[in-house]
Amino acid sequence: MAKTVQVVDDVTVRFAGDSGDGMQLTGSQFTDTTAIVGNDLSTLPDFPAEIRAPAGSLSGVSGFQLHFSSSDIQTPGDSPDVLVAMNPAALKVNLKDIKKNATIIVNTNAFDAKNLRLANYETNPLEDGSLAGYNVIQVELNKLTMAALEGIDLSVKDKDKCKNFFALGIMYWMYNRPIEITLKWLETKFKKKPEILEANQKALQAGYNYGDTTEIFTTRYDVKPAKLPKGVYRNVSGNEAAALGFITASLKSGLPLFLGSYPITPASEILQELSKYKDFGVITFQAEDEISGICSAIGASYSGSLAITSTSGPGLSLKMEAAGLAVMTELPVVIIDVQRGGPSTGLPTKTEQADLMQAMYGRHGEAPVVVLAAQSPADCFYMSIEAAKIALEHMIPVILLTDGYLAFGSEPLKIPKLEELPGIKINFRKDPEGFHPYQRDENFVRPWAIPGTPGLEHRIGGLEKKDVFGNISYEPANHEIMTNNRKNKVEKVADFIPDLVVEGEQESELLILTWGSTYGATKEAIRNAKLKGYKTAHAHLKYINPFPKNIGTVLNKFKKIMIPELNLGQMAMIIKSRFLKDVIQFNKVQGQPFKVAEIENKIIEVLGGSNGK
Amino acid sequence: MENKIDELVPGIKYSAKDFASDVDVKWCPGCGDYSILAQVQRTSPDFGERKENIVWVSGIGCSSRFPYYMNTFGFHSIHGRAAAIATGVKLANPKLQVWVATGDGDMLSIGGNHFIHACRKNINLKILMFNNRIYGLTKGQYSPTSEKGKVTKSSPFGTVDWPFNAIKLADSAGATFIARSLDRDPKHLQEMITRASKHIGMAFIEVYQNCPIFNDGAFAALTEKDSKPDNVVILEHGKPLLFGANKNKGIKLDGLNPVIIDLNDGKHSISDCWVHDEFDDNPTRGFILARFSDLPGFPTPIGVFRQFKKATYDGDYYSQIAHVKKQKGSGTYEKLMFTSNTWEVN
Repeated sequence: MAKTVQVVDDVTVRFAGDSGDGMQLTGSQFTDTTAIVGNDLSTLPDFPAEIRAPAGSLSGVSGFQLHFSSSDIQTPGDSPDVLVAMNPAALKVNLKDIKKNATIIVNTNAFDAKNLRLANYETNPLEDGSLAGYNVIQVELNKLTMAALEGIDLSVKDKDKCKNFFALGIMYWMYNRPIEITLKWLETKFKKKPEILEANQKALQAGYNYGDTTEIFTTRYDVKPAKLPKGVYRNVSGNEAAALGFITASLKSGLPLFLGSYPITPASEILQELSKYKDFGVITFQAEDEISGICSAIGASYSGSLAITSTSGPGLSLKMEAAGLAVMTELPVVIIDVQRGGPSTGLPTKTEQADLMQAMYGRHGEAPVVVLAAQSPADCFYMSIEAAKIALEHMIPVILLTDGYLAFGSEPLKIPKLEELPGIKINFRKDPEGFHPYQRDENFVRPWAIPGTPGLEHRIGGLEKKDVFGNISYEPANHEIMTNNRKNKVEKVADFIPDLVVEGEQESELLILTWGSTYGATKEAIRNAKLKGYKTAHAHLKYINPFPKNIGTVLNKFKKIMIPELNLGQMAMIIKSRFLKDVIQFNKVQGQPFKVAEIENKIIEVLGGSNGK
Repeated sequence: MENKIDELVPGIKYSAKDFASDVDVKWCPGCGDYSILAQVQRTSPDFGERKENIVWVSGIGCSSRFPYYMNTFGFHSIHGRAAAIATGVKLANPKLQVWVATGDGDMLSIGGNHFIHACRKNINLKILMFNNRIYGLTKGQYSPTSEKGKVTKSSPFGTVDWPFNAIKLADSAGATFIARSLDRDPKHLQEMITRASKHIGMAFIEVYQNCPIFNDGAFAALTEKDSKPDNVVILEHGKPLLFGANKNKGIKLDGLNPVIIDLNDGKHSISDCWVHDEFDDNPTRGFILARFSDLPGFPTPIGVFRQFKKATYDGDYYSQIAHVKKQKGSGTYEKLMFTSNTWEVN
């Protein structure tokens, strides 16, 4: 039977199965191949906090979503066009999210009485008509995989583990992607286990052939390469990009990189990633706790390193006293906070933007720091460099906010040339003549005088210091001078950051103001709304403290300002209090990012339409 | 005492004065901290380090004002965190000699976690812990080394908690040089400090220190001329454990039980005494020694309980870096970014 090829612009696929089914791996392989064939893409894994919840149970379902396109995209997609469901629980958990006419590829072998019961299905959804309207493709994954691996000397259990590669093979066929990239990857991965390598490669090939030959698949889809700017690309998750950014900042500044960190979801990958780069002289100190994470970084900063600490919300709380010490001693430290659902342990594997107030005001005393936020997984690379640059050049702690959505999500990063990136000027004090530890330059920056420098022996600490001279001082007027110095130093950073840019319709009555990871969904929502005739302006904040200097002017140009954020209105509160502006809040705290459609509907509602609702 | 400074720091002759900063020392009159400061300043020329390569890090408490008075690099940090900050200072620049000045509350209470992990990792730091068995700076609450039943401002009916034995804690956590000294025994204290300065690895010195305001005389039995001989046993490597006014008492080891013996009773002689071996790599005897200070009737040991060689965290870390660099070559931006998973858009 002849198979038709249909060209489509944009596809969202979700792989879902048990935590042990290898869905993250399958998804990331599909992603790598899709990147290399030249589509624009964005991914988001969704996995439970439990490492291995009971097999077949609803709580154990792990998913990986990939949105790829022949044009520019910003989000992992609202609703999948295709769901690969490895068992009944995966079907049940994900069915509500997918498009009405979506394709569902199911592993029918997993739909036995036990698994149906575990997924709380009273009848088999493959038989009871409840999936009417969907394009259900039933594949006997276990059986077909076993058959494909006949003759290989492996246990049934080990062979069974290869079924995700069979499924991946089907998907590669369906979307017209080459299997060679994954075949090669398997070679490196299982170099020392030839049977496992052979089995997985065979399963992948068999899955691909199955799509090609069997009559249940009638259509292949072709997603043409996207017209991305010329250059060399790699796919990065936000955490990976942040790690690469910090190492790049180390290369740019010529300072060794020191990370003090304690493992915490969803920030641990930064620690893990950086620990690989010993050839770059990177020191990753896995500390005994969050406090030691930041304190060791402060010590390393005092010694002259580019010092960072990585954490998530609960850890940021624990670091706050030490962050105050960094403010007081005016030492450069970058704190990267990968926000998650809170408070307390909250939703550790889910995303939220609710640490903004903590980052801004979470310390005791008047203790301002620079606060930055990355807007996309690839932007984590640039903002890590920027955070390091500001910290080092202004002798100041910087909090860089990302979140679980950015940390785990991925997208292509166009790799810049090293010389295209901003330089980082380091100016260690060497001259003992006229040296005073708290003497400032025109930007309120004090000298960095590191141990080992002859003649510069001096003492710093958490007690208030005499302006210029740095001895302990309890003088009332001096404390006010120093408090203002610290505040002025932060504000002065505004001279070194870009203006706030307004994109979209400058003449619109509505400005959408975003910060952090809501950038992508907002941008797509604005594009969609425009197609329906609703015109909106968009400004995105990457610099939160200090704000870009022109923010007041920008805000004054618009009648309505809307702030979508994944909290109960923290940026809205800052904008309202600082600029005395009315703000339309649009908040969501479900541990999930905004869907494009949610923001689109809100825009249309604010502009007086209904969008068919 | 003549310092052999010429050999230690070529071209520079330091004296104690070189290590005194221009800041007025502001401890209470009679505080034991003055003596500790004086002994550190006196011995600093013997450390064999240029003073710009010495860093004193402290936490919070009376003892933690110490760095301000030393003319070296100094970092007065926050309560309990000195060991963590010092770890960062040392790891970032292993050429520095990093000292921690701390107290019993700072290091064993709020800083307990950092302390045990710095010991466990055998980070090449020197910790000088001033133990006055009281919270001085907050004006007189009991500390984690206060004896059980102690009446203080926060324990008007006496404490019900057991104290830490800092020596046992340091040894079991993994410190590789463990010593105790007294603020009132300058010579002994100087010796301990100098020896700690030469140790490679985590060196811990507990200094019993008198707080004349809130816990005056806490160690009087150990420091006063009349009572000291009967209450203190000085640990010296290779020498028998003897104490008493005329060294007339000894300690012998009966299995795992220490027993006090009278050398003048005609039944015992010096050859029955336990001979101290500070290089003993089995911690058992060190623990028995450490328990003396908790046993009624037993003299409190001062001196080096144990010291031994073990790979340091900072040493191994830099070896690992060197090894990987040798294998892979030094990192470059190209190697970092242009991995096998890149693709080109034309």
